[in-house]
Amino acid sequence: MAGTMADELPNTHVATKAADGDAVAAGRPLLRIESVVKTFGTFRAVDGVSLDIKAGEFFALLGPSGCGKTTLLRMLAGFEAPDEGRILLGDKDIAQALPHERPINMMFQNYALFPHLSVRDNIAFGLKRAGMARVDIATRVSEMVALVKLEGLEKRKPDQLSGGQRQRVALARALARRPQLLLLDEPLAALDKKLRESTQGELMELQRRLGMTFIVVTHDQEEAMTMADRIGVMKSGKLAQVASPRELYEAPRSRWIAEFVGDVNLFDGESKLRDGHRLVIGTRDAGALVVAEPREPIGAGKLAVAIRPEKVKLSRRGPVSEAGHETAINRLDGVIADICYLGGTTTYKVKLDTGGTLQASVANSARLDVDAYSLNQHVVAWFTPDDCMVLQS
Amino acid sequence: MRKIARLSRFNVASLALGLAFLYLPILILVIYSFNASRLVTVWGGWSLRWYHEFFNDRAMIEAAWMSLRVAVSSATIATLLGTLAAVALSRGERFRGRTLFSGMLYAPLVMPEVITGLSLLLLFVALNAERGFWTVTIAHTTLTMCFVAVVVQSRLGSLDRSLEEAAMDLGCDPVRAFLSVTLPLIAPAIVAGWMLAFTLSLDDLVIASFTTGPGSATLPIRIYSEVRLGVKPEINAICTLVIALIAVVIVIASLASKLSSSQGESVAPL
Repeated sequence: MAGTMADELPNTHVATKAADGDAVAAGRPLLRIESVVKTFGTFRAVDGVSLDIKAGEFFALLGPSGCGKTTLLRMLAGFEAPDEGRILLGDKDIAQALPHERPINMMFQNYALFPHLSVRDNIAFGLKRAGMARVDIATRVSEMVALVKLEGLEKRKPDQLSGGQRQRVALARALARRPQLLLLDEPLAALDKKLRESTQGELMELQRRLGMTFIVVTHDQEEAMTMADRIGVMKSGKLAQVASPRELYEAPRSRWIAEFVGDVNLFDGESKLRDGHRLVIGTRDAGALVVAEPREPIGAGKLAVAIRPEKVKLSRRGPVSEAGHETAINRLDGVIADICYLGGTTTYKVKLDTGGTLQASVANSARLDVDAYSLNQHVVAWFTPDDCMVLQS
Repeated sequence: MRKIARLSRFNVASLALGLAFLYLPILILVIYSFNASRLVTVWGGWSLRWYHEFFNDRAMIEAAWMSLRVAVSSATIATLLGTLAAVALSRGERFRGRTLFSGMLYAPLVMPEVITGLSLLLLFVALNAERGFWTVTIAHTTLTMCFVAVVVQSRLGSLDRSLEEAAMDLGCDPVRAFLSVTLPLIAPAIVAGWMLAFTLSLDDLVIASFTTGPGSATLPIRIYSEVRLGVKPEINAICTLVIALIAVVIVIASLASKLSSSQGESVAPL
């Protein structure tokens, strides 16, 4: 991959490229963030974050606003200096280096295109500063223009472009210097939904083709899930979990993460009982629930059982045909309290006889509503022990 | 193609009234400067007689030259200092007493000119400075610097900070980022600030009369002392010339600011 990248895109940072190669050979990460702390006054915006980013990875920092993800990104770009900790790129500590001394580029949330320069000059800006020859700059700029499909708009000023086109110029400008690491701050937040979806795909394709390392900051979990290889969820300045999208969704480490990423039904546990390799957890709202024993040993803290709505099955009489599983299946009786039709799926809110409510998301697999439930209809909601997640508060 | 909304009758009327209010007195002054009659209020046919008179009036010419020199030098110094102050106040790190500093910078805007003039006079007397060209220039610089700072600071305030960050991210050190991104973008404000300072200095009477010395009267001082003895049509001619000069300055300034926005990365001329 490194070979094709060098052929297709000669690297501006020749000296650092060798160091990068060494790091990869030694199995070290491209970027290592070591217990970084940043405080503003008394507020700890980033509170002891450690993280490794592999070369060629598409990494997403996800979190609610004010969680410190943007501050962390700005420290990687060099706009803020960490109070404590190290940021290693290859094997060089860049924590205190100025932005222009780093082989890292950033795509800004509002794009920050220079309004007095044309598209061409915006893209060429960083190349001129790098001292590239005129001819090479022209070649690189037209390469970049082709890469982001902006042919014919080179002479336009930013205010003569649409939002989507501006986003492309910003991307081309950030990519033009062939950074070892590209930072993207909410890259798609300013685009409308349809454009956002197609741009997500283009970003992923581009990242794969260039073999470049991307770190994207977003508050949109769907965006992070779609694009990233790994996601780091941040909460109050700390990394709550770093995992693949699937792991994050199916095995969140805490109750907060389970609620932040996707929808979830949560039942507070009041007692627990071991039954072979199963646990029986008594809950107030849903009675006793049988769950698979989690891989990680559970501590003494309060437990909660979580089930994603799409894992809950509904039927009129219960899971009769699932022979052999009967004993292990969680079966809850209730009535339909609310119906929310979403096109592809329908979300039913079931009022359980035990007192709680349970959300079930059912795929609308048939066009005609022969299977649909109606309000106040009695149903049986059921799910397997393996579909339950045991979380600690 | 930009669509021009049709003006309603009310809009046309208010536009005409407003413009007449602003420009009718000036128009009358310009017309009467070409009056052949010795009496200011009586029309005696077209003539360039008073212009001729003015160019032969040594004292008047000297005063005009003095005013021009003071206006150009004080405007230039004020633009330099005012721009630096604006940049420091809006881009520098927050320091203790910053609010006080910006407040103090704007104080001359609302300070009665008599007070500014008197205090400067006391200062120059205390320093035992010979009053003349330089004292007036310094006085005008203190007066106009805050106007430049206000204009430039408001432009800087509306400028996105991330533009400078983007420039640094793309390989500029902070100074280079300022020169290649910020300066071209605030150039129109700097030019406007210079123009404002120039015109303020050119027509100032109060501060100049406090701080000038014998034998170095500015044009407004000269005109004022002439008018006290009775309005000569020559004054109309001088005023017409001043109006023409200011019009030329404004046209040049707007052309310069237009140029600076299409010029790209290079720094716009001040």
